[in-house]
Amino acid sequence: MTELKNTQPLLELRSLEKHFDLDRGFLETIKFRGGKIVRESRQVHAVNDITLNVDRGEALCVVGESGCGKSTVARLIAGLLTPSSGEIHYDGVRIDNGSRSDIMSLRKKMQMIFQNPYASLNPRMTIQQALEEPVRYHNKSFSKGEVQDKVADVMRSVGVDPSWAKRYPHEFSGGQRQRIAIARALTVDPEFIIADEPISALDVSIQAQVLNLMLEAKNQRGLTYLFITHDLSVVQHFGTRVAVLYLGSVCELAETATLFENPKHPYTRALLSAVPQLKDDHPNHIRLKGEIPTPINLPQGCPFESRCAFANDRCKVEQPKPLLQTDGSIVACHAVEEDRLES
Amino acid sequence: MSNLSESHPPSFWTRIWESNIGYSFRSNPVAVASLMIFIVIVLMAVFAPLIAPFDPYDPAQIDIMNSEYPPVWIDGSDPKFLFGTDDQGRDLWSTILYGTRLSLLIGLCAVALQAFLGITIGLLAGYIGGRLDSLLMRLADIQLSFSTLMVAIIFLAVTQAMFGSETFNQYAIYFLIVVIGVAEWPQYARTVRATVLAEKKKEYVDGARVLGFGPMRIMVRHILPNSLSPIFVISTVQVANAIISEASLSFLGLGMPPSQPSLGSLISSGFDYIFSGSWWITAIPGVVLVILVLVINLLGDWMRDVLNPRLHKG
Repeated sequence: MTELKNTQPLLELRSLEKHFDLDRGFLETIKFRGGKIVRESRQVHAVNDITLNVDRGEALCVVGESGCGKSTVARLIAGLLTPSSGEIHYDGVRIDNGSRSDIMSLRKKMQMIFQNPYASLNPRMTIQQALEEPVRYHNKSFSKGEVQDKVADVMRSVGVDPSWAKRYPHEFSGGQRQRIAIARALTVDPEFIIADEPISALDVSIQAQVLNLMLEAKNQRGLTYLFITHDLSVVQHFGTRVAVLYLGSVCELAETATLFENPKHPYTRALLSAVPQLKDDHPNHIRLKGEIPTPINLPQGCPFESRCAFANDRCKVEQPKPLLQTDGSIVACHAVEEDRLES
Repeated sequence: MSNLSESHPPSFWTRIWESNIGYSFRSNPVAVASLMIFIVIVLMAVFAPLIAPFDPYDPAQIDIMNSEYPPVWIDGSDPKFLFGTDDQGRDLWSTILYGTRLSLLIGLCAVALQAFLGITIGLLAGYIGGRLDSLLMRLADIQLSFSTLMVAIIFLAVTQAMFGSETFNQYAIYFLIVVIGVAEWPQYARTVRATVLAEKKKEYVDGARVLGFGPMRIMVRHILPNSLSPIFVISTVQVANAIISEASLSFLGLGMPPSQPSLGSLISSGFDYIFSGSWWITAIPGVVLVILVLVINLLGDWMRDVLNPRLHKG
């Protein structure tokens, strides 16, 4: 937030889509339906038409229930998956279709932190080796001393004693490992970090520690975050803007304060009402009926239609478009558009 | 096995001794005995020229008049020859030492070749996947559908006919290594591919990809060190198998020539005399071969138990 806000967003997603084939290979596509043999291949629509900007210096939180495509979005941006359609632009340059050497310079700018600190460090490498490797790889001209200085520096900045460097990951606790994983991402001096539920595998007592470490790194290094989580209290603490995902599409995108004060989309309202609060001993939860529909056969209309209390016939057939509201938030809902929601 | 990559103070050996594996080894008498016997055999094989009283490759030291002396504990023996002599008058003890040396050398080199081919192919198939994976694995299936010995016999018989016995005998050791090495790579390739498939889904591999490392680096520096346990297990079993294959081929006359006998060709050369009373020419090398293969298999068994991730954590 100390950074100047450029007019150009740091990261732009333009109608990003990702489908996964469910039936791979010729034999799996052949099915027996109603007395006939037909060929069909089913697809999981993990991410549908997501358009999103991340501005420099902000922390955009992506929330949603499990299976809504949060992690897929993160992996698409990190280049671990290739989008089925749509474009990803970083700093004005398209990054989703380049070869490995094309996006090499990007690897120094964009890093990722993973959910499970027990799996995200190579168990056969000491911390020293794990941290030195990226420094050496991206700075071929560094001398041995410079590499070691850099590693010790990064370790200190995440609160890990450099004298522990000769140990293996299994000798550390989950919180320490996650801090080491953050250190590893910071070794290449990135400007943008994708954090895929970085604290959900940690103890509650450690969560705040890691979260504060990430905030500190943000302020010191001017980092931009794309923060994926399902924990709304974390969003309130951490995020500058929030995108709410449901079934692979964005249903509401707003500044954190606006979203928590005045949620508009029926799904966001239900989500926020589910946060337990101390002051309220008779909470008035909005109970959603039914379950999240399968992403294999997407509903024709609004994805939330089957569970929405305000759905009408239009919602069944027409997909709502994301529309800019007066307070700056973007909401994709017919009911909001037609002002059918009683506040 | 995290100690294998580098040694730090406290020393490498202390760390191994104090690790889980060291503990499991110490508390398993079969493994300790096997390793000791194996080390004794290896040392005897390596220092054969120093230990052996005669040089079996030197025709000047062989006297046909000494042929078929029994071992020293039987009447009519010559105390110069501990285990007696073979049909050409060679000291059997010296010949066994040199033969074990050849058998071990062929076994280890053939396994090294297998491991190199199999690990490379398995890594590529598992990591890259797709068409390449299907192609390589179908090749492995085809290779596995022939018996190793059948491939080896055909190949060795053809080369023997092509080059003539003279040249063949000179290069027999290389032919054996290549043929045993090439015939068994699918064992490695399949195991490695399976572990690579499991490892490449883990987040540290994604982390390495996000850091921009190339596929070669990820395969060799990140995935391979984490796939080592099954490779170790398979290697011990394969060394035993390779020694057996070599012995079988030599026994069939397709391996080491009688002038440079391995354990297999010694057994084979004594086979003609087994009914004329000179049983020791076959029996003693046979016992050595059985002990060697048995201790390697016992060690492999122990290692499979120790490295099985389901049996211990970490």
